[in-house]
Amino acid sequence: MISFQKRAGTSKGRAWTRQFISIIVALLTCAAVIALLGYNPLEVYRQIFAGSLGSLYSFKEMILTMIPLSLLSLGVIFCLRIQFVNIGAEGQFYAGALAASYLALRHPDMSAAGLLPLMFAASIAGGGLWCAIPALLKLKLDVNETLVTLMMNYIIIKIIAWLQFGPWKDPTIKGYPVMPAFSDSAILPSVLGIHSGWVIALALFAAAVIVLGRTRFGYQLAVMGSSPQTARYAGFKTGLLLMAATAIGGGFCGVAGFIQASAIENSLTYQMSNGWGFTAIAVAWLAGLRPAQALLVSALFAILLQGCAYIQISLGIPFFMSNIIQGIILFFVLGSDVFTNYRLVIRRTKDTQNALSERGGK
Amino acid sequence: MTLLDIALFGQTAVLMGTPLLLAALGEILTEKAGHMNLGVEGMMLAGAAAGFIAGFYTNSPALAFAAAGAAGAAGALIYAVLTVSLRANQIVTGFVLTIFLSGVANFVGSDLGNSTLGDGFTSVGDGGSFFSSIPFFGPVLFEQSRYVHFSLIMAAAVWIYLNKTSPGLSLRMVGENPSSADAAGIPVTFYKYSHILAGGFLCGAGGACLTLVIVKRWQESATAGMGWIAIALVIFAAWGPLKAVFGAYLFGALRGLSFKIQNAPISIGGRSLSVPAQILDLLPYIMTVVALILITLGKKRENQPPRSLGKPYFREER
Repeated sequence: MISFQKRAGTSKGRAWTRQFISIIVALLTCAAVIALLGYNPLEVYRQIFAGSLGSLYSFKEMILTMIPLSLLSLGVIFCLRIQFVNIGAEGQFYAGALAASYLALRHPDMSAAGLLPLMFAASIAGGGLWCAIPALLKLKLDVNETLVTLMMNYIIIKIIAWLQFGPWKDPTIKGYPVMPAFSDSAILPSVLGIHSGWVIALALFAAAVIVLGRTRFGYQLAVMGSSPQTARYAGFKTGLLLMAATAIGGGFCGVAGFIQASAIENSLTYQMSNGWGFTAIAVAWLAGLRPAQALLVSALFAILLQGCAYIQISLGIPFFMSNIIQGIILFFVLGSDVFTNYRLVIRRTKDTQNALSERGGK
Repeated sequence: MTLLDIALFGQTAVLMGTPLLLAALGEILTEKAGHMNLGVEGMMLAGAAAGFIAGFYTNSPALAFAAAGAAGAAGALIYAVLTVSLRANQIVTGFVLTIFLSGVANFVGSDLGNSTLGDGFTSVGDGGSFFSSIPFFGPVLFEQSRYVHFSLIMAAAVWIYLNKTSPGLSLRMVGENPSSADAAGIPVTFYKYSHILAGGFLCGAGGACLTLVIVKRWQESATAGMGWIAIALVIFAAWGPLKAVFGAYLFGALRGLSFKIQNAPISIGGRSLSVPAQILDLLPYIMTVVALILITLGKKRENQPPRSLGKPYFREER
């Protein structure tokens, strides 16, 4: 008989060893898959690293993916920490981008010093609102937030598509409908050769670490996450905490959308997220809902994504390889999760009965 | 619009709704076993690719159908091993399954862009039969692909299975309260595996309906978000297979209408319809959120999500 037995205690070391082993096994499996597809796995791995860390240019490209991905995972972390299963990071990203873009398109003549902070604030409000709606529905009517946040993704994407094809379409451009380009004052300036989104992201991560780890609010969230009952007995305003955490989480995702629209697209489109909002859920989970680890994990994902974009050109391997590698790695990490807190026990049926009678005798 | 126009539109709506219906039925079986598989989009795409490839090489609709179902079930097997046996987080596993399978499907499909299907796939349906001479319902329901008939039979079968048979009752018990099911001697693990796999098969078949019947060719990411609408449909139908039929055709009609509007404006009674296509695309999601709120407020027991949906089951912690 095969069964799982709960381990006596949890250990950080074991969690790390487990993740490390599962990633190694996953990489070996990926290598086998790559070889099966007729490519040299060592060469593919080498080129993935070369294409993402090998030169200053590729490093910058990698950072450009890491910025939105890390911010989105930070937003997801704030929600998952209090067991609010937010799978709407994608939608909150677009809601933030939409709010910021509204200001950029409406006030192209404002100065950058006035416009950019307003866009930043609007993106927090937009993303926060898009996450607060499902939170309010959960709080007041007990509606399942997983399902609502999922639906909210597609609602906002279709709204932006409608604006792009209709009311906000740039009339001067023929062919495929696009929105007007932002004026220069709505575009984030670059710092050290990369757009200043990285400064914003780092600042928000620092703020998140402090808020979650060092403040009363962060402490209350931690209590609420591990036991909502305890939080209520302790007299915390759990409803208020839920609304605050989800609004902040959605806000972070919104900022990612603002940065992407402003610095990369220089406009708003309904197809600018590359599915990062969904990848971010895996990142947040893989990071154990800790911001510092999320930074590390999103760097690894960015290396993989940028590296696979590179091997598409250098080795002619379709970019979808990145999905396959991502999938295999995550499958292994997901599958090994149980071993952190449980031990696999294989016993013959007779032994099981003995064990049961032993337990009964005590 | 004449009656013929309406019938033609009904035909489109039913056809468009069929992949959604098949996938939603699959997800209903999965969720009734207490597992929320967000890999529907991936499994549909895998089925769409596998079905097209098998159809392209064998020219056999039956083999293509089997291949599509098998591809979906194979994806579901990964999900089942991870979430049933290894108790992995269901939400994350489902998303990762979608990421993985879209990678695999688009990877193997990357050479198929311009391929067309052989003559084994040209017939739309059995046009000359007795049923198709019935006005309106003839063309709408009977002058249709076999996938339409299969999905309707499956909807009825799943409804009977869930509501009128003893294994169906056991399945619902597994989804509501696995430990009582276990105590009652129901093989919980077997029930979970078999229904997750059957769910994957139906999702794969739904994907095949798209590439083999509706568009008749392979496109990159052919399903284009249909899997998420199918998940919406499960909620919209309150986990009921028969309500899913109506929901699927309603969503199918909206999709058909949105395609039509993109190509040419539609006029009803001399007045042209001026709803943007994207707003029509948006309606299924809004209706789903509203439906979910109403279901939650209604508190009718049979409409609620299975109680242990998304929760891992450890027998040892009973």
